[in-house]
Amino acid sequence: MASHGIEIKGLYKIFGPRGRDHVEAVKNGLSKAELNERYGHVLGLKDINISMPAGGITVVMGLSGSGKSTLIRHINRLIEPTYGELIYDGVNICGMNERALREFRRHKTAMVFQKFALLPHRTVIENTVYGLDIQGISRSESTKKAKYWIERVGLSGFENHYPNQLSGGMQQRVGLARALTNDADILLMDEAYSALDPLIRVDMQSVLLDLQAELKKTVVFITHDLDEALRLGDKIAILRDGQVVQQGTGQEIVLSPADDYITAFVKEVNRSRVIQAKTVMKPFDGQAEGVRIGATTTLESAAKTMTENGQTKATITDDAGTPIGTLDLQTMIAAMVTPAGSETSKMAAE
Amino acid sequence: MAICEYLPRALCRFPAISDSYIRQARQVIDEGFKGIVREYGSIIDIVVRPLQLFLNYLERLFTTSPWTVVLIVMLLVVYFGSRSIRITIGTAIGMVLIGVVGLWEDTMTTLAIVTVSTLIAIIIGLPIGILMARSDRIQGVINPILDVMQTMPSFVYLIPVVVIFGIGKVPGLIAVVIYAVPPMIRLTNLGIRLVDKEVLEAADAFGSSPGQKLWNVQMPLALPTIMAGINQTIMMSLAMVVVASMVGVGGLGRNTLQAINNQFFTFGFLNGFALVAIAIIFDRTSQAFGKRLQRHSEVVHG
Ligand SMILES: Nc1ncnc2c1ncn2[C@@H]1O[C@H](COP(=O)(O)OP(=O)(O)OP(=O)(O)O)[C@@H](O)[C@H]1O
Ligand SMILES: [Mg+2]
Repeated sequence: MASHGIEIKGLYKIFGPRGRDHVEAVKNGLSKAELNERYGHVLGLKDINISMPAGGITVVMGLSGSGKSTLIRHINRLIEPTYGELIYDGVNICGMNERALREFRRHKTAMVFQKFALLPHRTVIENTVYGLDIQGISRSESTKKAKYWIERVGLSGFENHYPNQLSGGMQQRVGLARALTNDADILLMDEAYSALDPLIRVDMQSVLLDLQAELKKTVVFITHDLDEALRLGDKIAILRDGQVVQQGTGQEIVLSPADDYITAFVKEVNRSRVIQAKTVMKPFDGQAEGVRIGATTTLESAAKTMTENGQTKATITDDAGTPIGTLDLQTMIAAMVTPAGSETSKMAAE
Repeated sequence: MAICEYLPRALCRFPAISDSYIRQARQVIDEGFKGIVREYGSIIDIVVRPLQLFLNYLERLFTTSPWTVVLIVMLLVVYFGSRSIRITIGTAIGMVLIGVVGLWEDTMTTLAIVTVSTLIAIIIGLPIGILMARSDRIQGVINPILDVMQTMPSFVYLIPVVVIFGIGKVPGLIAVVIYAVPPMIRLTNLGIRLVDKEVLEAADAFGSSPGQKLWNVQMPLALPTIMAGINQTIMMSLAMVVVASMVGVGGLGRNTLQAINNQFFTFGFLNGFALVAIAIIFDRTSQAFGKRLQRHSEVVHG
């Protein structure tokens, strides 16, 4: 299990030959458009502060061009920051010298790429051992590990195929196996699933969640799909034009979107998969009725349990099993169909 | 010309520097050059010596071994390089015909010098190409040099080579190498620069050192392009071997030169055909080999 989270503090990235010189101006409110127009520099990231918890999945979300790839590439410093700090295990990644950085990349991080970025001249198994090759680990040992992960991602039998003999979904599994074989604390996934069709995508999400339940790595996952973000993310940060507009759990974002941009994002989302039982339950009144349901169960699975048991009421219990609230179908349905909180209050005011 | 009567002289006939000045300048430059050559004669010898030994060794090996052995080895090399029965049979027919018309030994001499010059061109060209790919500055310096080298008529190479190294096999060899090395350099550089940025980024992300990146990613992926460079280098060596016969390189080239001087029509053409036959053998084999290196990209998933 990963024991260190990643702290991003006041990170700025300005693309261009003299990016450093413009940090002050940007801090003082120079906008992305102005910076581009006046100085020909591109504002990539502005004042990013995110704390990515150890052993959890942090999802970074945003539209195309919002700076997601730029952000994730700072974590293993494929992109040099203009200003700010990234702390891992008490060390500022931005301050590492070449040697330290190489060691950090070899042993602490592994990355899965949007366009797979497999080595075309190497077979599946040779691709999978790449990270260990680089670390100087013998093939006999690395092959054993690689075989294990190839099997885990469901590619047994394809060890000796070349990447272009595989479908996109299979190639991405190779990418995942390659990253997992590295056995690094940090797993960086840049739109790893965006190129996959919906069914394979859900399948790969499950693969990741299953693996994560057992490995507990610090995962940074990039996506522009809110459903994917909500399914995977312990924590979600939403980027817009290089700035974080909101961060929090999926539920927090769906229930109280920070602005119109995010409201637009969350409108189409399946709320029953996000909202947890404890969020909408009534306080426990001493009467345990119906089925017992865990506090963090989503409304969707709660509804499923209740329907299967032919009940319309449920008792909500905490981790220890003590009842802490009650829930009925009526409340649940209301919570699922009600749009974001702000609009309800607006209607109430009228 | 009539117009000239109405024009000042300088506008009509080009005002060249006077002949005596040019003669003097030429003398000074030539003397200086020869002086340098004399001065550094021992160093030049040190450079030339191993080349000479290697070339002589290979030439003797090729010409004194029984033709059956040479042919069998050659066919094995062609077959394992190309994995093509057709090319192998073609090679056999070509070589037998060459032998039948009595050009076997000369062909072996030419083969030896082409082999040596190609090897040297690879040894020189590969590292220069790699350096060029690593730095835009170096590329900026070397590219114009290569441009000049490739546009200069091949005869011109012979002049400095003869002045510095004299007449003989090795000077000829050096001229051939200089003539044949540019495509090797260019295509090595190009091959490395064309490697997919995403794949390089992945290599970086896993913590590859520059050396690991070069050997694990850049070189293997550039190999097909580099093979094309080797192919071109071989073809250019073959062409230059004929020209280099003017400074004393033996083999088919010298025969051709003799044929030109003496108007031996049939003899000249036979030698020409022998050169073409070798060229085709080299070309087909190295291309087939290059294709096989790209095996991984053959089966493209739709
Ligand atoms: N090397 C660069 N030079 C200049 N500008 C850049 C560079 N790389 C990225 N940018 C700019 O930074 C911004 C963010 O780019 P980034 O690739 O991080 O977006 P993204 O959120 O990953 O988008 P997508 O979903 O399309 O991958 C864009 O405006 C882009 O033009
Ligand atoms: Mg991106």
